[in-house]
Amino acid sequence: MKKGSFEVKVGLAEMLKGGVIMDVTNAEQAKIAEDAGAVAVMALERIPADIREDGGIARMSNPKMIKDIQKMVSIPVMAKCRIGHFAEAQILEALEVDFIDESEVLTPADEMNHIEKNKFNIPFVCGCRNLGEALRRIAEGAAMIRTKGEAGSGNIVEAVRHMRSVMGEIRALTVMSKDEIMAESKRLSAPYELVKQTAKLGKLPVPNFAAGGIATPADASLMMQLGAESLFVGSGIFKSEDPAARAKAVVEATTHWDNPKLLARVSEGLLEAMKGLDISEIPEGQLLQERGW
Amino acid sequence: MVEKKSNKTVGVLALQGDFDKHLSHLYSVGVNGKLVRNKSELSAVDGLIIPGGESTAMTKLIKAFSLEEPLAEFVKTKPVMGTCAGLILLSNQIDTDRVIGFGAINIELKRNGFGRQLDSFSADISLEFTNGNPFHALFIRAPRILKSGEDVISLATYEGETVMARNSNVLVTTFHPELTDSLAVHKYFINQLLLSKEKLN
Repeated sequence: MKKGSFEVKVGLAEMLKGGVIMDVTNAEQAKIAEDAGAVAVMALERIPADIREDGGIARMSNPKMIKDIQKMVSIPVMAKCRIGHFAEAQILEALEVDFIDESEVLTPADEMNHIEKNKFNIPFVCGCRNLGEALRRIAEGAAMIRTKGEAGSGNIVEAVRHMRSVMGEIRALTVMSKDEIMAESKRLSAPYELVKQTAKLGKLPVPNFAAGGIATPADASLMMQLGAESLFVGSGIFKSEDPAARAKAVVEATTHWDNPKLLARVSEGLLEAMKGLDISEIPEGQLLQERGW
Repeated sequence: MVEKKSNKTVGVLALQGDFDKHLSHLYSVGVNGKLVRNKSELSAVDGLIIPGGESTAMTKLIKAFSLEEPLAEFVKTKPVMGTCAGLILLSNQIDTDRVIGFGAINIELKRNGFGRQLDSFSADISLEFTNGNPFHALFIRAPRILKSGEDVISLATYEGETVMARNSNVLVTTFHPELTDSLAVHKYFINQLLLSKEKLN
């Protein structure tokens, strides 16, 4: 019997496919998310839109809040730690969260190094903007990759950019000859063995999810059509005017992402989505996606 | 490969979960596989796999897309396999009202019976029908079978507990045969449940 192996970590990521993981800040929101059909919840103290507005240092959530949420729902509970903050990750592991997001949404603790995730028995998810970044995180032990997008913006444009970049670079790998793989590894700044494996599979070696700016059922469909296997929705739900109805609509859209008639039906009658931000409105140096490498 | 040639199609319920893994196992075994997300797709298949995933999310989606009745009808008589969350949905009694139990197999279980993800594990088990060859099984936040009816046959155990079982038309596992390379469990389902009543051609 073996616990905490890489296949067991990836196994949970596989179970979350075709689903929606929702940001929640208390037990009551967690219940709304579970009732709407979320496959997991991400417990955090403030949703990204509020972190952006409030400023200050964003840290790991209070253990009490995480425990309250664990008691409330039976679906997996995830929590975020700061990039490079392995002590926060150790605490989250001790709390028995089901997945840790080493996240650019929180203020980075280390500008050089991400967490060595292979050491942990708990699976990690990490954000990326391109294939090289994805494969570096997988080499460190991430069992799931998500796009960074631009968290808290309500704007899908960055998630699209990142997913197109990852998928485009994978497609390019699949038609390369073997003798080009080393040079491509160098260009991507990614480990050769993982680049070779990705070229052979034609996909990332771990599940590939989308995050950062998803606010509507149409956004969900867009990301699934671009190659996402599941979605994280952060501010998009609890910053909208009708969280429960919107959460349910996004869940249904993620299952039937390729059925425009059904997407029209689930989108009908929803109240206002979160207002959102044009990326150019975000002051220089405040883009969350630029945290980590 | 399957022992007999067949034109039968196995559906994989594709509302949420690792349905694509089951589909690729079906292709590897050599039978037709098809994703099922609505009533008309369900009516076009001869057998069904309910995959691993989150049983609460699947329950919401089954209700949202009016699949509760057609599925209940289907699993009564047709060949069905359920892995992990799929087993939960096919079971008789469940420990919470968050999840549908179709009662297709007389099993009582506890969801997340081993605990949270930290308690997920892999283990080599032996299947009754493979002459004791070890089968590498992944248990991911797996349910535990507490009790099963007299018509339920145990096909594999882990530390004395049943982890794979069947009745006349339903096959269930608490682990994920779709996540590892061996096709033994899928072949058993195809040969013993889907094709067993067919004459050799």
